[in-house]
Amino acid sequence: MTIDTNGSGRMGGDVRLHVENLSKIYRGRAGAVEAVRSLTFDLHQGEFACLVGPSGSGKTTLLKMISGLLEPTGGIVALDGKRVQGPAEGLAVVFQEYGRSLFPWMTVEANVELPLKTAGLPKAERRARVLDALNAVSLGHAMTSYPWQLSGGMQQRVAIARAVASRPTVLLMDEPFAAVDAQTRGELEDLVRKVWREHDMTILFITHDIDESVYLGSRVLVLSSSPTIIQDDIAIDLPDERDQVGTRSMTRFAELRALVYEEVQFAKTNAGGAREDRAA
Amino acid sequence: MLAPLPVTGTQVIRVVKAMRRDRRAQWGPVVLGVAGVVAFLVTWQLYAEFGPVSDEFLPYPAQVIGQFFANFALTSFWAAIGATLWAWLLGLVISSVAGLVVGVLIGSSRFLRRATFTVLEFLRPIPSVALIPIAALAFGPQLEAELLIIVYGCFFVVLIQTLYGVADVDKIAYETTLTMRMTWLQRARHLVFPTLLPYFMTGVRLSATIALILGISAELIIGTDGLGQSVAQAQLNGAPVAMYALIVTAGALGIVINLAARAAERKVLFWHESIRAEVPA
Amino acid sequence: MTILKNLGYWLGLPIVLIVVWYLATLGDVSIFVPRPLPLWEKFVSVWLGDNILSDVVPSLGRLLLALAISTVLGVALGVVIGSFRAARWFSEPMLEFLRAIPSTIMIPVLLLVIGLNDTMRTTVIVLGCLWPVLLNTITGVRSLDEVLSNTAKVYGVRGWNRVWHLVLPGASPAIMAGVRQSLAVGLILMVVSEMFASANGIGTLITNFQNRVAVPEMWSGVLLLGVVGVLLSAIFALVQKGVLKWYDGLKAAADDN
Ligand SMILES: Nc1ncnc2c1ncn2[C@@H]1O[C@H](COP(=O)(O)OP(=O)(O)OP(=O)(O)O)[C@@H](O)[C@H]1O
Ligand SMILES: [Mg+2]
Repeated sequence: MTIDTNGSGRMGGDVRLHVENLSKIYRGRAGAVEAVRSLTFDLHQGEFACLVGPSGSGKTTLLKMISGLLEPTGGIVALDGKRVQGPAEGLAVVFQEYGRSLFPWMTVEANVELPLKTAGLPKAERRARVLDALNAVSLGHAMTSYPWQLSGGMQQRVAIARAVASRPTVLLMDEPFAAVDAQTRGELEDLVRKVWREHDMTILFITHDIDESVYLGSRVLVLSSSPTIIQDDIAIDLPDERDQVGTRSMTRFAELRALVYEEVQFAKTNAGGAREDRAA
Repeated sequence: MLAPLPVTGTQVIRVVKAMRRDRRAQWGPVVLGVAGVVAFLVTWQLYAEFGPVSDEFLPYPAQVIGQFFANFALTSFWAAIGATLWAWLLGLVISSVAGLVVGVLIGSSRFLRRATFTVLEFLRPIPSVALIPIAALAFGPQLEAELLIIVYGCFFVVLIQTLYGVADVDKIAYETTLTMRMTWLQRARHLVFPTLLPYFMTGVRLSATIALILGISAELIIGTDGLGQSVAQAQLNGAPVAMYALIVTAGALGIVINLAARAAERKVLFWHESIRAEVPA
Repeated sequence: MTILKNLGYWLGLPIVLIVVWYLATLGDVSIFVPRPLPLWEKFVSVWLGDNILSDVVPSLGRLLLALAISTVLGVALGVVIGSFRAARWFSEPMLEFLRAIPSTIMIPVLLLVIGLNDTMRTTVIVLGCLWPVLLNTITGVRSLDEVLSNTAKVYGVRGWNRVWHLVLPGASPAIMAGVRQSLAVGLILMVVSEMFASANGIGTLITNFQNRVAVPEMWSGVLLLGVVGVLLSAIFALVQKGVLKWYDGLKAAADDN
């Protein structure tokens, strides 16, 4: 196989993440479950891609394969042209179960610092980055607290700060805001966009919320239901400057929202391989 | 229509690897487990042969295993096992019943729970083996002496678990039973007993192991009939092979008791969603 | 007011029991029944004099040393066995057998193999205390939160870092539960090993009293062991409170929701 580093993507940048024919079949005592049939897509430098799909469509499975936590049954994942064999450098993940992804025996500060410490950064640099990241998520005052002393939204911000502090080239987020209230959710969405624009990262953001996917991304990938393929790939041509009230009341936002909605509805009833029948 | 899966060379290798992994998961525990036992026996053999301990004190595994099976033909061997098990069973039953009754009594009253706290916290950590010399003087090498040691040790284990169990009765469920105008007996039967049972069974399971240790300790020191006394005797007679064989027997007995206790617990609690984690007592 | 009430709860029943005990043993009773006053006198004269240095300290020293050894050994082995499936498969049947041997029965063997000395008495305690720590550590390591372990993997926390920052703290509640169980076991084994193979120690002294049929002195030994047990649990509770501060906070936070 060859990895196309020139790319033909809409951003014109380098391919950061390359996924080709990726499939996963879980084999358990109860038999085999084909969670992902065949996924192919590229993520370019600086893209913010949202991935939507019905519950159980294999979003978390895909994320685990990209981050090297799960071996694919077939196909390829490559990060910066290098095939992913295990957890790769330059990748950060914010997990769906944010509460469980923070080390409860460490303070907020130590949680954010841990990846930097194991990467062998000097102490001064570590401190600067931790402060930076925590200030970016407005948690500078909570450095010495323990995660369980914080609210759910604050915990999620710590997880984001930890990801940002490690300066990833690719950031994966798995339904990070599924369990926070609407108010906090809006704030966190804007926070992620801010971080993305400031740090020039490539983000793959998994969600099942259609509004969120349109509001956040520069591109929306729609998954079919299990066994999964990419059902559609929609460019979000909203202006880069976004805000909760203005952007959401734009006509274009409503159109895109309707488009994604329709695709997701279709996805719910259709599994991998069915798309050809509908192609028009 | 399903699209055919693209098959590449690496994929085939992956599938083969996965199949191998499945087989490994199936046979691994057996093969490695046997290897572990063999490694232990070989180490023992080598140590007995070349180690600093004289043959007189550390016999070869083959001798010990031979003696272990040869014992099966001896009446005195079965008598010793019978004596140990009888004391174990009696001690376990007495302490379980006593622990349960006292636990429910204390547990159902907030006043009693708080008032008995100090006394329980002081009596509980006293190692019951400290009573061995007194039991020896008072009863001589009799069953009563051994029972005293077992019951004192196990009573508190069951009692504490029972107390945790009573404390765990759901407050809302309790209030619900009040609104349902249940009688005291009905409440005990439908609410307290089911909540309590898993804790009580944990107490009994822990006690089953402790009772064996305490019983054998008593036999060893006081000289009441049983495996412990046989081991002490074998040591005095300078018969290490017999001694080691008896220790293997004690281990086997321990395993049987562990398995039986776990099986009993599972059987009694089959309706329970999960067998509770034990409360650190 | 609440302090007074609590004091009442703590001391009420013990005082009542001691008074009842005192009154009930005023008349003629069997020589094996202890009486409060002589018991207390013996406790002071036997254990708070020279014997503290010659017997109590050596006993407790061996106990603490053995607890330390079995904790270190149990945690180290437990981390290895808990982390590697092959290690688990390899050791499981043998461990299942070894831990089922009632540890006191090993005393005569160790007496032969090691001889009558402190090493032997310490080894007896280690052989008993190792199991609770080992088994709990294995369970603790195996039940590490999957999300947490994935987080560590993604952020490159490997090798020693993983053991130090993830495995040990994650398993620490289970490890502490194991150590707590081994305290009780250790106390039993300390006494039995000293009774069976005597030289010095609390157990030895109690056995000597038995030979002289000195019943109140024997009871005072029981009282001493009770005090030792209470002190050990108290010290342990303090240590546990420090080590598991995060765990208690986490549980309290989870209960609030
Ligand atoms: N470890 C596993 N073993 C077997 N099957 C699994 C395993 N993990 C996931 N699956 C199955 O794979 C499919 C996809 O699961 P996955 O968790 O990736 O879905 P998801 O899109 O993340 O869902 P959600 O939106 O609910 O988080 C499901 O049918 C699930 O039952
Ligand atoms: Mg998911």
